Amino acid sequence: MQAESVALESPVLLEAESISLSFGGVNALLSVSFQVEKGDIYSIIGPNGAGKSSMFNVISGLYRPQRGRILYKGKDITALPPYKIAPLGIARSFQNVELFKGMTVLDNLMLGRHIHMRAGLFSGGLFFGKAQKEELKHREVVEEIIDFLEIEHIRKKPVGTLSYGLQKRLELGRALALEPELLLLDEPMAGMNLEETEDMARFILDINQERLTTVLLIEHDMGVVMDISDKVTVLNFGELLASGTPQEVQQNPVVISAYLGDEDSVFLAGRAG
Amino acid sequence: MSAHICGDYKTSYKEDMVLFQTFASKFWLGVFLVLLCVVPCFLDDYLLYVCNMIGIAIIGALGLNILTGFTGQISLGHGAFLGIGAYASAYMVMDLNFPFFVALPCAGLVTALFGMVFGIPSLRLKGLYLAIATLAAQFIIEYLMVHVEGITNGVLGKMVDFPEIMGFSFDTDLKYFYLVATLAIVATIISNNIVRTRSGRAFIAIRDQYISAEVMGVNLFKYKLAAFAFSSFLAGIAGSLWAHYVTIITPEHFTIGVSIEYLAMIIIGGMGHIIGSIFGAIFMVLLPEVLRTMSGALSGEFPMIVNLFAAIKEGVFGLIIIGFLVYEPDGMAHRWQMIKAYWKLWPFSY
Repeated sequence: MQAESVALESPVLLEAESISLSFGGVNALLSVSFQVEKGDIYSIIGPNGAGKSSMFNVISGLYRPQRGRILYKGKDITALPPYKIAPLGIARSFQNVELFKGMTVLDNLMLGRHIHMRAGLFSGGLFFGKAQKEELKHREVVEEIIDFLEIEHIRKKPVGTLSYGLQKRLELGRALALEPELLLLDEPMAGMNLEETEDMARFILDINQERLTTVLLIEHDMGVVMDISDKVTVLNFGELLASGTPQEVQQNPVVISAYLGDEDSVFLAGRAG
Repeated sequence: MSAHICGDYKTSYKEDMVLFQTFASKFWLGVFLVLLCVVPCFLDDYLLYVCNMIGIAIIGALGLNILTGFTGQISLGHGAFLGIGAYASAYMVMDLNFPFFVALPCAGLVTALFGMVFGIPSLRLKGLYLAIATLAAQFIIEYLMVHVEGITNGVLGKMVDFPEIMGFSFDTDLKYFYLVATLAIVATIISNNIVRTRSGRAFIAIRDQYISAEVMGVNLFKYKLAAFAFSSFLAGIAGSLWAHYVTIITPEHFTIGVSIEYLAMIIIGGMGHIIGSIFGAIFMVLLPEVLRTMSGALSGEFPMIVNLFAAIKEGVFGLIIIGFLVYEPDGMAHRWQMIKAYWKLWPFSY
């Protein structure tokens, strides 16, 4: 935690430094740089295949970029494996729900507490004293999350039987159980109806404001993105098109043409910019 | 019998973690334990032998279920790990003069060590490829059992004594029953506790979705090795108990057939269910005995059936495994849950 003092001085929590990632000959990301400040809701938008999810995979350690660095609180985490990145305070959800289908809702959330718990095979096997107390303590933390997400009624249900909307919500809960400082959400509203989308937006705002969690968000629902984000970054074909406040991005001609699909104007604007 | 509690009346999380929650389940557990203590006294040696084999198989099947059923790492080498436990225990007791109660856990630890070594490929290999790697483990260990004659006495087989603890010799089937039953109960409790705490959740997470497990901070390699170690530890204990019970062990006792028999146990019993290991072990030990009795009874009318017994046994095994995979892929444990759920609200099921 030596980085703590650095973080106090600098408002930047996460910094991507000219990240380049390619699979074979395909460039997924081309020299992408951006900075996420503490306490922000920071959105990454862009058409399908723009490299948004790849960026998340780079941050959480699943992909190793060919060039560039990821700095978290000033510390280089580019080469760390995922299980070492989680304890630093970075949690994420996945675009396609990736829950533990054979476990109950409760156990999924308890797994989110993994890095905060200590019990090993031996003490867990005996289930006396320390291990039992630890289970109880973390059960209480998890119950708070259950309460927050309003999923009390399904806590003992196996995850495989739940509806898609609830699974999305649970995946948010599992990430929250890790008590992250930086929360990466990959399309949390995908495939949801209006009501579920509004619920999810409310949860994200609450997490940001009450738990003081910085949120990095990938989302296609422009209404939500423009409403709740402090900053927006636009990716297109692995390249960063624009960054700024929602208003700035919305008025950016390069972004408009990218979204409307006018290739000539992208080309021209790219030249000009 | 008192009525079941149908709603949720718990007031603390601790209450919610209790294993046997209702009065009825505690009552039946008590009845079961009393029967377990009393009934063996009235059984003949053959039935006691069957019970002991079941108990040993339960311990072995629990181990394989933790590895394959809960962690999702398929193993075709479980039979060989049983063999390591058997030979390790035999060597320690017969050649090094260790007391049995030291040799038993040591045999478990030695087997755990072997399990971890052969579990290393699991970091890179999944599914079918891991199955082939563990198959290699099976054959390497079989080779060692035949050729490291200084320890195993090779194909001639190794004589083993009945175990002795503090001068008390477990030299009859009945005495051995209490030893096996105690250890089987302890193994069941420990396995059950592991799967409901931190390590067990990590195991299941690796099985269900290893990528998100790793992103949530689970060190895949560490927990896969832990699963191999614990699984082999139980295999070692089962092997040791087996060796001291049959009193002569040869490499032929720990072939690939045994590994597959254990896999069949957890498939039939229910992968990923502790109670599935118990059901599966009972089923797989009883099946050949029942078939033997039946073919014996029918031999009057159909004399050739005795000669065909071996072939019939294998055929029935195969049919039953296929039947379970098709009709009850979650095994007997799932059926058991359905029965329990049905009786929970009986007679007002609707």
